[in-house]
Amino acid sequence: MSYFEFLSQYSDRIVSGTFITMALTVLAALLAVAIAVAAGLIRMAPNFAVRGVAMVYIEIFRGTSLLVQLYWIFFVLPLFGITLEKFTAGFVAVGMNLGAYGAELVRGAILSVPKGQWEAALALNMSPAKRMRRVILPQAVLIMLPSWGNLLIELLKGTALVALISVADLMFQVKQINGTTFMSAEAFGTALIIYYVLARFMITPFMRWLERFMMRKMGRA
Amino acid sequence: MDTRDVSGFPLTLEGDPTPMVSFRKVTKSYGSLVVLDSLDLDVAEGEMVTVIGPSGSGKTTVLRMLMTLETINGGVIYVDGEPLTHMPEGGRLVRANNRHMRQMRSKIGMCFQHFNLFPHMTALENCMEGPVHVLGLSKQDARERAEELLAMVGMAEKRDQHPSRLSGGQQQRVAIARALAMRPKVMLFDEVTSALDPEVIGEVTTVIRKLVSEHNLTMLMVTHQMGFAKDISDRVCFFYGGRIEEQGTPDELFGNPQKERTQQFLSAVKEAG
Repeated sequence: MSYFEFLSQYSDRIVSGTFITMALTVLAALLAVAIAVAAGLIRMAPNFAVRGVAMVYIEIFRGTSLLVQLYWIFFVLPLFGITLEKFTAGFVAVGMNLGAYGAELVRGAILSVPKGQWEAALALNMSPAKRMRRVILPQAVLIMLPSWGNLLIELLKGTALVALISVADLMFQVKQINGTTFMSAEAFGTALIIYYVLARFMITPFMRWLERFMMRKMGRA
Repeated sequence: MDTRDVSGFPLTLEGDPTPMVSFRKVTKSYGSLVVLDSLDLDVAEGEMVTVIGPSGSGKTTVLRMLMTLETINGGVIYVDGEPLTHMPEGGRLVRANNRHMRQMRSKIGMCFQHFNLFPHMTALENCMEGPVHVLGLSKQDARERAEELLAMVGMAEKRDQHPSRLSGGQQQRVAIARALAMRPKVMLFDEVTSALDPEVIGEVTTVIRKLVSEHNLTMLMVTHQMGFAKDISDRVCFFYGGRIEEQGTPDELFGNPQKERTQQFLSAVKEAG
């Protein structure tokens, strides 16, 4: 069977797997951003106990394997009465893991907003919440966007692990195809190209666009 | 001696006239480095007081403490008769809570050496931010107030520009308008011309001159521009080693300085200028 025949025969499954991968990436990314902002801010709380919660979270999710976390969420949590559907378990695990990395990006970006900005906001008598939301975060976003571009590519590649709990993503589909056809080079080669295209021609341009958009809002374009 | 003990200080300042700003035995130190040593300084309502002195003499710290950007280690600061970082509770002074601090801070405005405009907002938005999000003005009212002030500082035409498109002098003028939009009773100018190119210093000092002549604001200014200080100040304080070494009217201090350190400083500055 030629590669062309291979594609025409299995493209349906590859396309459907690709869409599942894209959906996982988008949902995990949204979750990761939400977790990163929350954990990054809590990590900077004045109260040690509050700060500790975020530190423990970040330590656990950065310090252990994503695959083990995925198995915990899918296989172990049900023992405690929390059962997640496998698709949900998949993006939750990836989102929580990358969110822990993102939290450090958020914290670093907030800390690198010049001190004068905090002081100016305080001199205008803004409340701590307003200072953060109206003055510091908008500037921190611009600082951290390039690093988020990298993280989102990591996240996309991380979603491939959900194939191991049988979510029918791109990786799962090509493994199945390989299992029935033994056309390993074609199957995994196609997956390789698709992951690369998603990262290089979708995530990267999207992040570039977002950077330009934010720069324009800052009057720097 | 416990410098934090404030039991000997009055709960509020009485008397007529009450000074707008009053430092009472205010001390500030970083570890063993004493930046301000038991400072006493009164500023009357409507008075323009300039603080001069060599770097490290504690002059900027005076303004930063008044803006609550620095904590104080001893003594009490009163603004408009009320303690700034303390509050009366059960007949004695205790550390102020956030509510009291915010209420007191609303009386004070500050301009910084490096302007510190919000880069993601236009000149107009910078001036509307506080009035809308702190004072609770409607956007319409805040815009009118901001446009009026931007016109006063000669920046009406650049109101829709972001700070990155403005020169240093223009940014500083917007920063002055932004601080004034909060209607403070006390304005602090912390070396507002030090980061500017020589040819644009004039546009900022002109605005400050205008404020002095047309408004009854109480002002404290730290500057290295001796000529400017001489022209517009009611009183000049020469700081040295965390203390006021000498103070007086501009004529007294610049014309006939009494202390040797003041003479040395002034002649050194004259040499450089």
